[in-house]
Amino acid sequence: MNQQKDNLKVVIVGHVDHGKSTIIGRMLAETGALPKGKLKQIQESCRKNSKPFEYAFLLDALKNEQSQGITIDMARCFFKTAKRNYIIIDAPGHIEFLKNMVTGAAKADAALLVIDANEGIQENSKRHGYMLSMLGVPQVAVLINKFDLVNYDRNVYEKIIEEFSGFLGNIGVTAISYIPVSGRDGDNIVSPSKHFDWYEGPTLLEQLDSFLLPTQPVSKAFRMPVQDIYKFTANGDDRRIIAGTIETGCIKNGDDVIFLPSGKEGTIKSIEVFNHPEQHETGAGYATGFTLVSQIYIKAGELMCRKGEKMPETGTRLRVNIFWLGKSPMIKGKRYKFKLGSARESVELAEVINVFDASDLSTVRGKQQLDRYDIGECIIETSRPVVFDNIKEIEATGRFVIVDNHEISGGGIIFEKDTESISVINQHITQREFFWNHGLITPQSRASRYHHRGKFVLITGEKESGKHELAKQLEYSLFNMHLNVYYLGLNTFMKGLDVDLEKVAWNRDEHIRRLGELARIMTDAGLIFISAIDDLDRYDIEYIKQLNTPSELLVINIGSNLPDYEAGLNLLEDYDLKAALDEIKKVLNREKIIPEYCI
Amino acid sequence: MYKEMNHLERLEAFSVYILRESYREFKNLVMLWSIGKDSTVLLWLARKAFLGHVPFPLMHIDTEYKIPEMIEFRNRTAMEWKLNLLVGRNAKALEEKQTYPAGKTDRLTCCRHLKSEALKHTLSGEWTRYRLNHDSGGFEEDSGTEPYTGVIVGVRADEEGSRSKERYFSPRDKQSDWNVDDQPPELWNQFNTDFASGTHLRIHPLLDWTELDIWEYIEKESIPVIPLYFDNGKGKRYRSLGCYPCTSPVESNAKNVRDIINELKTGKFANIAERSGRAQDKDDGGGLETLRREGYM
Repeated sequence: MNQQKDNLKVVIVGHVDHGKSTIIGRMLAETGALPKGKLKQIQESCRKNSKPFEYAFLLDALKNEQSQGITIDMARCFFKTAKRNYIIIDAPGHIEFLKNMVTGAAKADAALLVIDANEGIQENSKRHGYMLSMLGVPQVAVLINKFDLVNYDRNVYEKIIEEFSGFLGNIGVTAISYIPVSGRDGDNIVSPSKHFDWYEGPTLLEQLDSFLLPTQPVSKAFRMPVQDIYKFTANGDDRRIIAGTIETGCIKNGDDVIFLPSGKEGTIKSIEVFNHPEQHETGAGYATGFTLVSQIYIKAGELMCRKGEKMPETGTRLRVNIFWLGKSPMIKGKRYKFKLGSARESVELAEVINVFDASDLSTVRGKQQLDRYDIGECIIETSRPVVFDNIKEIEATGRFVIVDNHEISGGGIIFEKDTESISVINQHITQREFFWNHGLITPQSRASRYHHRGKFVLITGEKESGKHELAKQLEYSLFNMHLNVYYLGLNTFMKGLDVDLEKVAWNRDEHIRRLGELARIMTDAGLIFISAIDDLDRYDIEYIKQLNTPSELLVINIGSNLPDYEAGLNLLEDYDLKAALDEIKKVLNREKIIPEYCI
Repeated sequence: MYKEMNHLERLEAFSVYILRESYREFKNLVMLWSIGKDSTVLLWLARKAFLGHVPFPLMHIDTEYKIPEMIEFRNRTAMEWKLNLLVGRNAKALEEKQTYPAGKTDRLTCCRHLKSEALKHTLSGEWTRYRLNHDSGGFEEDSGTEPYTGVIVGVRADEEGSRSKERYFSPRDKQSDWNVDDQPPELWNQFNTDFASGTHLRIHPLLDWTELDIWEYIEKESIPVIPLYFDNGKGKRYRSLGCYPCTSPVESNAKNVRDIINELKTGKFANIAERSGRAQDKDDGGGLETLRREGYM
């Protein structure tokens, strides 16, 4: 079949007013890439408004954009050369629109960074250079524009190269070329200009055609974030399909795979693609689906890897670089949503190591937060382990975004696990206990008055497994033995203390945190505090346990949903109530919570 | 052996990713189906993403001025592919003849009444939705009135200036307004799938596709399209489908998908905008932009 040529996505960035839109407009016009109606439409609109036509207007397709005279968002335009097709992404140069610039640059195969020869290197020339490096844009060429304003002076060219290549070198970027151009007059855009007799490098068009097409990273270790598990039963379909887009590597039927962080294993039975001949092998780039030889319980968000290959890392404390775009700063002590591959966790800023000042590349130490447009080296801590690769090894699983107030507010790249410092939660517990206001009554005097000690009894298991009934019966039974006990129902909690969280999308971890803090208070009061929550996993339990420290926690699990955690007591799904209550009391006695005569 | 992906395979994979991401993140999801080639390709991509199934309803806004073959094609395809099809319309404007063909409004106002308003109120559940009954083949008033908060739309960036500013996941506020100047960023393959209550999301899986891509994909996958796109023997065909009073066919002898592809690549349409046959775009300098801010697709 006579297929189309490939597309190369090129983003054009640089400081505001350095001439990006003019360069693109000129290029589109000179390569005959404009749809016939377009040029006429814009020229007519200029005539109507008695405004001289400018090439930049071609891209400023939106009304309000023209009225403000700056590129607000990235506009995509399409053009082709004899060699291939291009998608040109025009990214705005104003600092306020950095989030639009990164949106454009994050999906680019190559970048053109425009610097005004007359005005020289500006803050956003550097900031955009830095962003290109963090976003992982693989090829960068620099256009030095508006040479008509500096008499095509070679010294200007040399000076800018010297300064800018030094800057790029520091952040690990090497520009492929530095091209002197004039967008307004069309010099060195499509054809070489006589004004640059001292320049022997490529024109812009030649540079575009010599950028390399991206290739899929098939030779790397296999990674596929599990996007979803499908079991559509309509029309007798009984397939259970693990769906996702393969980031790196290859895989075939019969291969053994492992899902992380759960560690569950399986063997590929089939590759599932709609309206496609049977497939035995697939790899990087394809959005596909798999069935496994035997059914295992895994969830969206896990990373599918191939056994026998290099495994990714798993950790909660990560050393990263973050660029922050949110209106409110990224601060410590606040939980954000963290998205890496298909995983979603909550994350906290644990430490700010350095903040880079893009304007002069200096390092600001001692900052405690990331303000808007800051780029910082930080330690972040996720609520439960995330699976990742070092950004230098596998990009797709080495980068993440942070969501604040429903919007992606920052992005980052991961270098390694941080194993040296104390975790945020441990720091918190130490501080909290240090500042705890103790009354005049010691836990010992409370225990001797009450004839028992405080303890948090947490019942978990599948939905509808009788947790709440058990919790209430336990409270009733202990109460009748004159013990101080309190059962907290989940709705009591959700509709009261946690009512503010109803509007928060990412609230599960916050519910758990508050319950943990509340448990610490209730048990400090000497109570046997009982609650029941559906389907906790080992990380949830570990978190509650830490928050409840130094008080004690007893976990009672109903059913078999918690195979990787050793609960204080495991009950079968069809447990006998009386026997279960006796069992719990025995455990409580063994742990010296309640006296012998209670059992 | 691994086969390096070609252009269409890359586009397909990314659109499938967007569709799966939508399905994972949103409960009240709906896909708009205009019966044209783009949204039919989008529907096909949904079947790709969900392995032959379409796990959310399709919604068609019927202006009652659609070319009759479109409605026939819609119903036949929906029956064949077992689609959950919902139809909505602006009954009041139609009854009161507040339309361009009835001579009471200009073109833009007509679009606003029959498309934007109809869509907004059908999505929100305020206006009646009609659901295809697969047993009878007829439509029945739908009892469900839950608002759809995730709306999948087949717009392409190359169609028209304002569409080139769209994000893949684009939040709209309660009034369906689009704040072009302040859209959250999209990074790598992470999108804004969280949103405040009271807002909803437009999802655009076809943003990177061109008209040529659409036709080449239709050819590659043998996707059925309405014969109105082909020359019926009189030297005319539709390049873009809409309401018959405002959409005119173009002069063309393209009789099949391959002819159209050749025509787009080398022939007389290589440099002419696709929507040149759509009259409402011309009524005001930024007609479509005005409509889009108000929720037009």
